[in-house]
Amino acid sequence: MEPFRYLEHTADVKFRACGHSLEELFGNAALAMFNAMTDTSKVECLGSWSLEMEAESLDTLLYEWLSELLYLSDVELALFSVFEVKLEKSDDGWRLDARIKGEEIDLDRHVFETEVKAVTLHQFEVWNEDDLWTAQVILDV
Amino acid sequence: MLNRVDDYIYEVPLGHQEGMRVPGRIFISKSLIEKIEEGTIDQVANVATLPGIVNYSMAMPDVHLGYGFPIGGVAAFREDEGVISPGGVGFDINCGVRLLRTELKADQVAPMIANLVEDLFHDVPSGVGAKGRLRVSDYELDQVFTRGAEWAVEAGFGVEEDLEHCEENGHLVGANPKQVSLKARKRGRPQLGTLGSGNHFLEIQKVGEIFDADLAKKFGLFEGQITVMIHCGSRGAGHQICTDHLKVLNKAVLKYNIDLPDKQLACAPLGTPEADNYFGAMVSAANYAWANRQIISHWTREVFQRYFGEVKMDLVYDVAHNVAKIEEHDVDGSKERLYVHRKGATRAFGPGRSEIPNAYRDVGQPVMIPGSMGTSSYVLCGSEGAMNLTFGSACHGAGRIMSRTQAKKTYTGTEVKDALAGRGIKVMATHPKMLAEEAPEVYKSSSEVVNVVHNLGIARKVARLIPLGVSKG
Repeated sequence: MEPFRYLEHTADVKFRACGHSLEELFGNAALAMFNAMTDTSKVECLGSWSLEMEAESLDTLLYEWLSELLYLSDVELALFSVFEVKLEKSDDGWRLDARIKGEEIDLDRHVFETEVKAVTLHQFEVWNEDDLWTAQVILDV
Repeated sequence: MLNRVDDYIYEVPLGHQEGMRVPGRIFISKSLIEKIEEGTIDQVANVATLPGIVNYSMAMPDVHLGYGFPIGGVAAFREDEGVISPGGVGFDINCGVRLLRTELKADQVAPMIANLVEDLFHDVPSGVGAKGRLRVSDYELDQVFTRGAEWAVEAGFGVEEDLEHCEENGHLVGANPKQVSLKARKRGRPQLGTLGSGNHFLEIQKVGEIFDADLAKKFGLFEGQITVMIHCGSRGAGHQICTDHLKVLNKAVLKYNIDLPDKQLACAPLGTPEADNYFGAMVSAANYAWANRQIISHWTREVFQRYFGEVKMDLVYDVAHNVAKIEEHDVDGSKERLYVHRKGATRAFGPGRSEIPNAYRDVGQPVMIPGSMGTSSYVLCGSEGAMNLTFGSACHGAGRIMSRTQAKKTYTGTEVKDALAGRGIKVMATHPKMLAEEAPEVYKSSSEVVNVVHNLGIARKVARLIPLGVSKG
């Protein structure tokens, strides 16, 4: 299984992320997003952040998860490369608890290739096929 | 399937997409239409399904694939039965362009270009993760959201006349900072007075060609003159405001039973709390963007004054190309108040409109079309044709033809930088890698796009501006 793959898109960044579990899917989608900005293998786990959120559906949760990570990156001036995600189904939707690892941006070591402005909902999809979860996301860059 | 209406107008017929309320209209040439992706036409059709849309779902000649609306999309909605959609504005609310003119001639400035670009790069923070130079209080941030460039001038960034030469006087009425989330404020506060990244730039140019001597004179432009163009938007504040309200409007779609072909077209009927709240927040971001460009103009003037003393740098004009606004337009012979969405499209009002500053009112507003990096930008003048055909709108740029991934495979940033240097253009960026995806070859030729607008009588060509030095994120 390829954790994520970028698809051709003229103006923006489009990717598909996969996971054998939803947790893995959410982690790989986040990695795909940050990897569009910079080489995440150069992002060390010097700090950690935690995130909790709830949403009424899986796709809304994924959208909010990615949007929240962008927000966190922007205000903390940080980059993330490890995402430990826990997901739970509740009566009225889904709940996410995550521990995120990364470090503050160091422009000497972190080279930015693209600035991601936001996560769009255009052709945003999450599906399960043959026990494999896949998400398709387009980022506004 | 497209039907040719005339040389520069192509129609996306009803039925291209289920639920279309009006046809689509793409204002484009035959050679440009051949480069359009099928998905772009579908996006024009998708917009046509929105309730209350007037006349056509329109697209400018630089149209390309976006999210929700295509980039280059224009649509107007009736106040009583229409909607407002963040998909018709985009995440970078009031991304726009302003042009400063100097009294300097190219040969006076040529020996200083490298110094000027280096100073601009240093004095105007740019790039991802850049820290701004300003620290504004909560109160000041509210002022930025409600009063835009007006606040900036009052705070010492620029002069009163700058405001006259801004679309909406640099301050759109109707802001509601209460609808700006804490998150948007946290992102916006440190980023005020920063250029950003991607296709945003600060460019020193020379007027390379005059197409219309009378209009050029009116806009204070002459051949060989040095101008400065600033292209940027509302930064993280705008992105967050769009993200926040998209979430709310997606729920509104269910609440108000609106059938959408694309979730990014989430919208709410005008007059509902969801629509009002988004409008108030969107206006706040638009004002933030005008304040941002105003602050950057001030620092640009400081840099030039360092080398050229008390050089005058007047603002020619400042235009928004990602915004939704209330405007009055002729619809079937009567005047109607409409919510005009322009996403990657510039307002191009023709002569006589009260929104245009006195100095230009008898000819039409200046329209600035930025080129891609290393290529010419254009100044045009809004014309009557725009009022009749496009709700007073023109194109906003060149439009991408090569994806970022393809661009990075084809070019390296250093190659791009060297190629530009070979043509006498000094470029500074946070890292050459950023330059690869913005190589001049990845965009359509802006001259072709501009010619369509000119030939249709939407906006007349006034001058062509050639880049000499660029600072990028």
